[in-house]
Amino acid sequence: MEKLSNNQIAWRAAQDIVAGSYVNLGIGFPEKVAQYQPKGHEAIFHTENGILNFGESPKPGEEDWDVINAGKKAVTIRPGTAFFHHADSFAMVRGGHLDVAILGAYEVAENGDLANWSTGPRGVPAVGGAMDLVHGAKRVAVITDHVTKDGKPKLVKACTLPLTGVGCVTRIYTSLAVIDIEGGRFVLREKLPSISVEDLQAVTGAELVIPETVADLIVPEL
Amino acid sequence: MDKTVADLATAVAGIEDGMTVMIGGFGGAGSPIELIHALIDRFRATGHPKALTVVNNNAGNGHVGLAALIEAGMVRKLICSFPRSADPVVFTELYLAGRIELELVPQGTLAERIRAGGAGIPAFYTPTSFGTDLAKGKPVEEFEGRSYVRERWLKADVALVKAETADRHGNLTYRAAARNFNPLMCMAAAQTVVQASHIVAPGAIDPEVIVTPGIFVQKIVQVSHPHQEEDLNRANATYPLEA
Repeated sequence: MEKLSNNQIAWRAAQDIVAGSYVNLGIGFPEKVAQYQPKGHEAIFHTENGILNFGESPKPGEEDWDVINAGKKAVTIRPGTAFFHHADSFAMVRGGHLDVAILGAYEVAENGDLANWSTGPRGVPAVGGAMDLVHGAKRVAVITDHVTKDGKPKLVKACTLPLTGVGCVTRIYTSLAVIDIEGGRFVLREKLPSISVEDLQAVTGAELVIPETVADLIVPEL
Repeated sequence: MDKTVADLATAVAGIEDGMTVMIGGFGGAGSPIELIHALIDRFRATGHPKALTVVNNNAGNGHVGLAALIEAGMVRKLICSFPRSADPVVFTELYLAGRIELELVPQGTLAERIRAGGAGIPAFYTPTSFGTDLAKGKPVEEFEGRSYVRERWLKADVALVKAETADRHGNLTYRAAARNFNPLMCMAAAQTVVQASHIVAPGAIDPEVIVTPGIFVQKIVQVSHPHQEEDLNRANATYPLEA
């Protein structure tokens, strides 16, 4: 089955970010979204550890380790950068001031529940800012492979892993499709032209609602 | 008024067994490494302080700073949001062996609990963690149709903080994103101990740019060229550092 690369999923998610939006990208895969901002439609990125409007990664050897993102990678300052402490940073998050948060997922349920912080009781639990980010941003989107490495659906009827937040996700960009969560259902908006609705349903863990128009998911080679 | 002390050993002298110690920083940014190392030195010389409860966003990285404090066996319990790092071996091994206690707190809730502790607010409601394992046992209340979880303040006996510039009254500025939890922890501890790269006379910092007013600070020690945790870890350093 044809599928989008992580870069292509990130590109697709970036196209929906309105110019001038305040955006938080989760650590890891979601950080890629920043590099695909359409020219002239740049967003302002927030990182939980206290920077608004940070820039790209510095060259190796030019890192300032007091200028890092939530993943503790070095970033840069640019005209309009602001620094602030953690209580202000999470006031931006919970207070409804961010326009979009884009996060990764282990599982998303059809009612919008998200599981993305714990794979179960083994190992060392770590939550970071994930549980805060799912509340407060006006739009919480997920980018993810459509299925797990073992081929199991990540879009499910109900999450089996520990929840990050209840009913919080509104849109999912996967390696196969773009799906909205509306009224507690998965509504298919776009799919790869090479995949049938039946094939997509077979790798989705809950029923897909198919509206009259489903657009083709067209993404450049990246 | 002069809150400066002569050296790092004097700065950390008031920390006793069983105390709760807030340590500023997010990863290496804003981490008061020299204060932490001074505390380890005291423990190596005297066997104290031990059985500490430490509040930090993380659980240390490599074998310096907070990781070295944990590795020395001085920490009984850690209150943090993200006990993982590039090299989390020290905390991970103790945790999996059941030899250190962990209270996991969502990052924004951790920040707000510390702020509340400093502001005299014993509890507050937040949407964060509602319906998750981390809200188990906590009171829930509905406001304007949404459910919120009640969280309690967090206070400490001592806060160890890294600032860029301090004046002798304890007014502080920070450097870039090294600010993070530091200003909040200054407010929430009975005794706040600050290491600053520069100490200046009162009046030398523009009052418009002071981030932490001196009322929240008790002791200041100058550390002119502080280590950065990332640099130490890239050099595979272990505390005590080689000369």
